Amino acid sequence: MLDKLKIPERHYLNNGHGLKSWLLTKDHKRIAIMYLISISVMFLLGGLFAMGIRLELATPQGDFVQADTYNKFFTMHGVIMVFFFLIPSIPAVLGNFMIPPMIGAKDLAFPRINLLSLYIYWIGGIFTLAAMVTGGVDTGWTFYTPYSASASNTHIIPTALGIFIAGFSSILTGLNFIVTIHRMRAPGMGWFRLPLFVWAHYATSLVQVLGTPVIAITIVMLFVERAFGFGIFDPSRGGDPVLFQHLFWFYSHPAVYIMILPALGVMSELVSTFSKKMIFGYSFVAFSSLAIAVFGFIVWAHHMFVAGISTYAAMVFSFLSFSVAIPSAVKVFNWTATLYKGAISFETPMLYAYGFMGLFLIGGLTGLFLATLGMDIHLHDTYFVVAHFHYIMVGGAIMGYMGGLHYWWPKMTGRMYSDFFSRISAILVFVGFNLTFFPQFVVGYLGMPRRYHSYPDEMQVLNVMSSAGASVLGLGYLLPVIYLIYSLKKGEVAGPNPYGASTLEWQTQSPPLTENFTEVPVVTGEPYEYEHVVAKESHLV
Amino acid sequence: MTIFGIPIFPEQASTFAKDVDALYFFILATCAFFAIGVSIAVVLLGLKYRKTHEGQIGARIEGNLPLELLWSVIPTIIAMFMFGWGASVYYHLRRPPDEALHLYAVGKQWMWKFQHLEGQREINELHIPAGRPVKITISSEDVLHSLYFPAFRTKMDAIPGRYTELWFEAQKPGTYHIFCTEYCGTNHAGMIGNVTVLEPAAYQAWLQGGGMEGTLAQRGAKLFNDLACQTCHLDTGQGRGPSLKDIVGTNVEFQDGTSAVIDEAYLRESILNSQAKIVKGYQPLMPTFQGLVSEENLVALLEHVKSMSPKATASSTAAAAPAAATPAPAAAEKK
Amino acid sequence: MSSTVAHADHGHAHAHHPAQQHHFDTMAQQKEAAVIGMWLFLLTEILFFGGLFVAYMIYRVWYFDAFAEASRRLSLFWGGLNTAVLIGSSLTMALAVRAAQTNKRKATVNWLILTMILGCVFLGVKVIEYEDKFANHEVPGYNFDFSYHERHAAAEGHAPEASEHRELSLTPEQLQNTTQLYFSLYFTMTGLHALHMIIGVGIMLVITWMAHKGKFDGVYYTPVEMAGLYWHFVDIVWIFLFPLLYLVERHT
Repeated sequence: MLDKLKIPERHYLNNGHGLKSWLLTKDHKRIAIMYLISISVMFLLGGLFAMGIRLELATPQGDFVQADTYNKFFTMHGVIMVFFFLIPSIPAVLGNFMIPPMIGAKDLAFPRINLLSLYIYWIGGIFTLAAMVTGGVDTGWTFYTPYSASASNTHIIPTALGIFIAGFSSILTGLNFIVTIHRMRAPGMGWFRLPLFVWAHYATSLVQVLGTPVIAITIVMLFVERAFGFGIFDPSRGGDPVLFQHLFWFYSHPAVYIMILPALGVMSELVSTFSKKMIFGYSFVAFSSLAIAVFGFIVWAHHMFVAGISTYAAMVFSFLSFSVAIPSAVKVFNWTATLYKGAISFETPMLYAYGFMGLFLIGGLTGLFLATLGMDIHLHDTYFVVAHFHYIMVGGAIMGYMGGLHYWWPKMTGRMYSDFFSRISAILVFVGFNLTFFPQFVVGYLGMPRRYHSYPDEMQVLNVMSSAGASVLGLGYLLPVIYLIYSLKKGEVAGPNPYGASTLEWQTQSPPLTENFTEVPVVTGEPYEYEHVVAKESHLV
Repeated sequence: MTIFGIPIFPEQASTFAKDVDALYFFILATCAFFAIGVSIAVVLLGLKYRKTHEGQIGARIEGNLPLELLWSVIPTIIAMFMFGWGASVYYHLRRPPDEALHLYAVGKQWMWKFQHLEGQREINELHIPAGRPVKITISSEDVLHSLYFPAFRTKMDAIPGRYTELWFEAQKPGTYHIFCTEYCGTNHAGMIGNVTVLEPAAYQAWLQGGGMEGTLAQRGAKLFNDLACQTCHLDTGQGRGPSLKDIVGTNVEFQDGTSAVIDEAYLRESILNSQAKIVKGYQPLMPTFQGLVSEENLVALLEHVKSMSPKATASSTAAAAPAAATPAPAAAEKK
Repeated sequence: MSSTVAHADHGHAHAHHPAQQHHFDTMAQQKEAAVIGMWLFLLTEILFFGGLFVAYMIYRVWYFDAFAEASRRLSLFWGGLNTAVLIGSSLTMALAVRAAQTNKRKATVNWLILTMILGCVFLGVKVIEYEDKFANHEVPGYNFDFSYHERHAAAEGHAPEASEHRELSLTPEQLQNTTQLYFSLYFTMTGLHALHMIIGVGIMLVITWMAHKGKFDGVYYTPVEMAGLYWHFVDIVWIFLFPLLYLVERHT
């Protein structure tokens, strides 16, 4: 069992060398790696802006940067993190890499469109970065009119175009996944034998395909308003600025489900593998992903409770918003039940999974405050909202991404990373995150508005706590960059299945062949069965 | 409320602040119950079922339908209860009492302009009496803003081209924050101020001290003459335009057969887009004052016209358009 | 999960169609994937145009009279002609697909060329219409003056259009304002549509070239069919745009 393991001779990383073999690749795995590098750069950039924000907010006065600069910081932080980090992250890196082997396929349905997706992402990123470098944008990532249509004099058009272009990347990825999951499954891989990670990505892809075009057209309308002086949202010509909000949130609410559903998929894989037990209530978990995707489309106006919508519309949207919480709760309960009578081990990916459970719980539950009408009036546009969505996006989605990255790193690279440093990082991230964002719930209820670079003196202590926590969080994110890159050359060889997982991707070598499988697998068992896996386990941590 | 001098809870300065806070504590308790409960379960299970030997695998348990139903139905019931409670608090927050003291607020980059009916104008400061409901009609001169009083637990967006409103009844004399909570550009963080709640007697005293131009309605009367409205709108009804006496709250029929109740939104539209609805029996002669009347002067004119219907406006509100006004005509001249 | 291993299936031990890509097992699977993919893409296009339709519907309900008044400025002749042209081009497109399906290379190429010509006719007419809008000061944000058309017609001695429609009580100021909403949407919707047509013609050029080079046969003509789907979709969008933009209360 502890034979000296070796990196296989032939794998996707050494199948062709040189820039051309990467830039013109059709291999979903190489595309995933290129996405990994791209989004990591974006994450770093978004993180720098976050640092700027927290530095300014350490003191009540606006004394670190000018007001306009601060406004650009939070705008660009939001734009980069949402559109260029979170939305692609798990699907474009982990989904791209793992979905074909998970279903027994050689590649996605449309490998060239996958590559096109990557190019489009790069082009969109270049537009947006160019806008940032030449002066930035200060509308907030939400671009509300009339401010964005007429009052702001920053580089809105190139930024909006960048987001528009990147949206196509998202649509094409989703389209690719849907067709792949429908048509590329290996013999015997029925829908109810799919790993829950695949179900989660199917649901995500539906949202990407149906929702993203709406932000695209909203951006087009903002563009013509700004570039040509059309008046679609101009009140002096009879236009309605609130119409922009409806169109914007019709996408941007489902977008948050694009960001969290894949992480929920990762969770199922981690909880199962590290309890050596099938997921409790498989079909409930699978269908809850679809339910979240569907319900996510009918709750958008809960972002607009104080925007002048009618009392009755507000009640309808509040009611519907509670509906979307239930499937998420169902997932959490099912994961908890999976632990019962499991054989649980706490490698780093499982630490991230545990962290996710705690933070996603808090984030999701605090959503209930905001869905509650009488409560939202007080909390809307305060730091309570900021804390809520960071608990889900960072405490949830990013922990899911980090957990998945650490889980599949040995598969992607053939190497193990430092057990010690990865555990330290996971703990730093968990602790730093709570220090940063929990005080924001309190200061939000106190009434501190969002997007303020200065605030009343009495709110300083809570803000300082938050800024201090952010440095711990930042450290927690920095360490993986170091030890993961280090592992590429110096990490212990992992072997095909270091964690004893049950899904198909672990039945191949690490790193995988370009074509994933030498022979087409035929699936005969149920998902998440560990009896057979144990017999083939070659490396135990 | 403070802990070690750090404020962690805002003052309860309005009558419904405690309703909102009660709702808050209920939701907090529910969420804490689930968050702590699940966290403990997850930790305890993780410890109890820790893997003890290599090759150990978990039990083969596929699921349990009754359990799934239980933990779907119970959260649904709790959610519905939360929704119902929240909706009823909200309903209360959005229904100003008839006898509310009426004020106007205009947001512009980057200040709040408040106008009292008695004529006082304040910028970023607001004085109001304790123990009396106050209703604020809000509009914007340029971009979106949002008027927020954390101590009163209420806010409402200011939308150009529309009126919105909020109300509260302040109980505790004191000074509290006013914030703008809809990002509006460079000095969004500077669009803040203080609302001072005074004992009724102190409020009366404050009122006497200001308003050199007279009440809002008096200023409106002066405008009414300056803009020559009285040349057509004779009280007798025989002029080129209909009489404006005692019309607020009544039903009026238009040339095309439709009719409407005369309220603030209608009055505003008549001034800015005079040809939109022509009263039956009159010619479409009224010029439009779009671009000629600022938001502040518009509200003064409204108050003057309302003062001509003393019975209908005895409670100092017209049949106000609800917060979700249908699209009003274009905004008045931007300053 | 347990799996067994199926037959090794690599190396071109059996011939497969030259157009079959290696990650697919059969041509049928490849075609199914393409069809699902294209329909999904068209779904995204429906959502894309949908946002404009939503804005249009809301403003049309709010400002019906202004929309009716503005709609009269559009030429029923050119709009109707374009509708006929597009429907005709969908016919020629369908015939092109049929020709490809029945392995008739020359017929395929000819029908495709005809489709492209009709598409270009459509675009040409749009240029004429847009020029007219610019001349009549009907472009929001540029030179918009709704009363220009009537004043200009009067100045040149043309009688203004016979006002047989119902009396619309709108002032010149109101018309100047809310008709801009109509024209903003008009230009955005038809402009976006025209952009899709241009892209469509581009796609047709590529497909025509491929057909000319003999890349298609009775088994593999998927690109022609997929391009056809796209073309029909662009046609259907116009079928909605035409009545919504050109036919607002034109029966009076």
